[in-house]
Amino acid sequence: MLLFLMRRLMQGLIVMFVISIISFSIQDNLGDPLRELVGMSVSEAERDALRDEMGLNDPFLTQYARFMGNALQGDLGQSYFFKEPALDVILAKMPATLELVFAASLIIILISIPAGVYCAIKPDSWLTKLILGFSILGISVPVFLTAIFSIYFFSIELGWLPSYGRGDVVPVFGGLETSLFTRDGLSHLILPAISLASIMLPLFIRLIRSEMSEVLHTEYVKFARAKGLKKARIYFLHALKNTMLPVITVGGVQIGTMVAYTILTETVFQWPGMGFLFLEAVNRVDTPLIVAYLIVVGAIFVVVNTLVDLLYGLINPTVRLARSGQ
Amino acid sequence: MKKTMKLSIKRLAGAALAASLAVGAQAATLKMAYDSDPVSLDPHEQLSGATLQLSHLVFDPIIRWDQNHQFEARLAEKWERVDEKTVRFTLREGVKFHSGNPLTSADVKWTVDRLIDSPDFKAIFEPFAEVKVIDDRTFDLVTKEAFPLLLNSATYIFPMDSKFYSGLDAKGQEKALLKKHGDTYASKNASGTGPFIVTERQQGVRVEFERFDGYWDKKSPGNVDEIILTPIKEGPTRVAALLAGDVDFIYPVPPNDHDRIRKSGNLDLITLSESRIISFQLNQERVEAFKDARVRQAINYAINNEGIVKKIMKGFATPAGQQSPEGYVGYVDDLKPRYDLKKAKQLMKEAGYEDGFSITMMAPNNRYVNDAKVAQAVASMLARINIKVDLKTLPKAQYWPEFDERSADMMMIGWRSDTEDSANFTEYLTACADSVSGWGQYNSGNYCNEAIDVLVKKAGSETDPAARAQLLRDVERKLYAEAAFVPLHWQNLAWGVSKNVAAAEVVNTMNFPYLGDLVIKE
Repeated sequence: MLLFLMRRLMQGLIVMFVISIISFSIQDNLGDPLRELVGMSVSEAERDALRDEMGLNDPFLTQYARFMGNALQGDLGQSYFFKEPALDVILAKMPATLELVFAASLIIILISIPAGVYCAIKPDSWLTKLILGFSILGISVPVFLTAIFSIYFFSIELGWLPSYGRGDVVPVFGGLETSLFTRDGLSHLILPAISLASIMLPLFIRLIRSEMSEVLHTEYVKFARAKGLKKARIYFLHALKNTMLPVITVGGVQIGTMVAYTILTETVFQWPGMGFLFLEAVNRVDTPLIVAYLIVVGAIFVVVNTLVDLLYGLINPTVRLARSGQ
Repeated sequence: MKKTMKLSIKRLAGAALAASLAVGAQAATLKMAYDSDPVSLDPHEQLSGATLQLSHLVFDPIIRWDQNHQFEARLAEKWERVDEKTVRFTLREGVKFHSGNPLTSADVKWTVDRLIDSPDFKAIFEPFAEVKVIDDRTFDLVTKEAFPLLLNSATYIFPMDSKFYSGLDAKGQEKALLKKHGDTYASKNASGTGPFIVTERQQGVRVEFERFDGYWDKKSPGNVDEIILTPIKEGPTRVAALLAGDVDFIYPVPPNDHDRIRKSGNLDLITLSESRIISFQLNQERVEAFKDARVRQAINYAINNEGIVKKIMKGFATPAGQQSPEGYVGYVDDLKPRYDLKKAKQLMKEAGYEDGFSITMMAPNNRYVNDAKVAQAVASMLARINIKVDLKTLPKAQYWPEFDERSADMMMIGWRSDTEDSANFTEYLTACADSVSGWGQYNSGNYCNEAIDVLVKKAGSETDPAARAQLLRDVERKLYAEAAFVPLHWQNLAWGVSKNVAAAEVVNTMNFPYLGDLVIKE
């Protein structure tokens, strides 16, 4: 276990190092940050002087060495736009994003498990066909379209839900703020969370359905049936447990992907999270913020995958962590 | 809608309690959404639309433009020309900053000195020599030479509270420090004389303003006592927020949504013609053929400006045949957009390019309204006179470095005159490039005609308005005859507002609405 975690930590550091090199080397192609900092009529000479002052004219290796030196002390640079350390800016926006991902995951879990299991048990029912039909639609419609349609329908036509932004927040432990516990906050959260969930939901319904129908054909399920166990017990205790193994693996990877997808969802809903922050940073050529974001998201991927592997070991004791860490 | 009302009433009650007597019976909250929020609270950090919009809320200028493009007295109650280099201003009595400090001539001097040193504003204030303080309420604005645009430039003087910005902040930096990328005191704290005080600011999320109860302009009809500004980046979301009643003032409105707002029963669409000219420049150093005026004319004749405005801009622009929009001193009424395909083909033939040639073209795709689509249309129109265009469109962040490099044969540029004057267009766009004076900085066409430069220079020191207008009109005529560049259209501005928001009275073509005077009806 300890060995596994140590290995993971090493791998994580290597991943982050690679990300930092890649993101640092693409920054020259993102545009000229000076253009976003000054007005149109500022002369080239003036801009060049500023560029010099900010160290942007230094050779790549000098800039990277300076960045690495600071990064080792926990300083990922200062955002041009926010004029604050990039890491602080991102961490301040992270709760909003994680809240959104959490809400979307909850929706996915609460819907995909019953729906997937139902489709496996009753493959010929009309409801199954309806669910599968919807899931095809869900896969093929891009998330920003889902988002815009839901705004149009629920905010403009029906006027039930607010069209943009995050609602009132309340502090929970450690100065962290969340909108999960206020009425206003929840009403703002519903549409973005559903839109974000809509990308992954079909995938999970289908995954659970196919895994489950495979499990239902195995010997032990037949045996359980023959033994006369209650149907619910067979399906939800014995069969579902084995269905969940691959689902958790996929789920772990997909949570990371979902963090990436928040870029689109947050932009459409003006959700003040880090995905929206990232897109804005790209538009403004706020390079320190872009680099810091990529590193933070890389870290999230590493952490989530490690947690999934740990969870995997708990559910399926036959898996040995030390080996899976290799 | 119901929810909005409830919220504002709640907020109102709170504000009324806090400000006790100061709040009138009809005081109202304005919820607005722009596509971006100001970079900084420092009015001198960046010369941009967002900064000027903020300046008109928090600071107040000494004079400003009214809707008819005339000067309106603000902090200066009167001014008179003393000699050809000097104008004497008198400040209003009893004007106070948000900090409680009284406004004096020393604050104006302090502000102008800071402007002259600032990277972004120094170009506008370059002709200024100094501010001479006569007494607490009187000062002279002195220019180095005779300068006809003294008042135009004075609209950029938003006095800052020099006492408030003096000394050191908690980090030991000068409070007055002006730094582009630094965490400065002035970028996070503000004290001006304007109608609103910033009470809360989460950059990129929301800015809240409260009316300053010591505001000097008691005659202003404005009844907005609270503004909540939310930046909403995506056009459709911004429009949706307005349609859903979550906000009641938005800018900009994408052309595709104009009809929806117009047809909606409880919203108004307000449009004004902006002074920003969208144009293409023809690089003569990269393409030999562009040196021939006939080829440049042929290109002008081949492009259907009116068609572009109608089809692509949905009528949301004014077709242009020159740089200066109507109302500017240099505007010439009879310089209309040219479109005559036959004539274009004939000119190409005369120039010996009947079989055409191939060129490269670049345009931004997120800077101007429908910029990429306009560029595509122009490219296909040029195909009809056998000019084959290889078009590349880029996000603005990547476009400007390319523009600085002059890396395509035809490049798009939109320009708005900072001085609200015709000469500014030529100085930046069509004058011979000169790195010392900074002229021709955005002249990617490398067009150069000394005679035109001489005229513009003359206009720069001509203080007789009639003679000056004559000079600048000559410039427009010469540029037109030589087809120095390809004018396309002047963009329009559009605001979407709730019917009870009387925004039409406070918006202007410069795009800084005077929200201090905004009236929200019950």
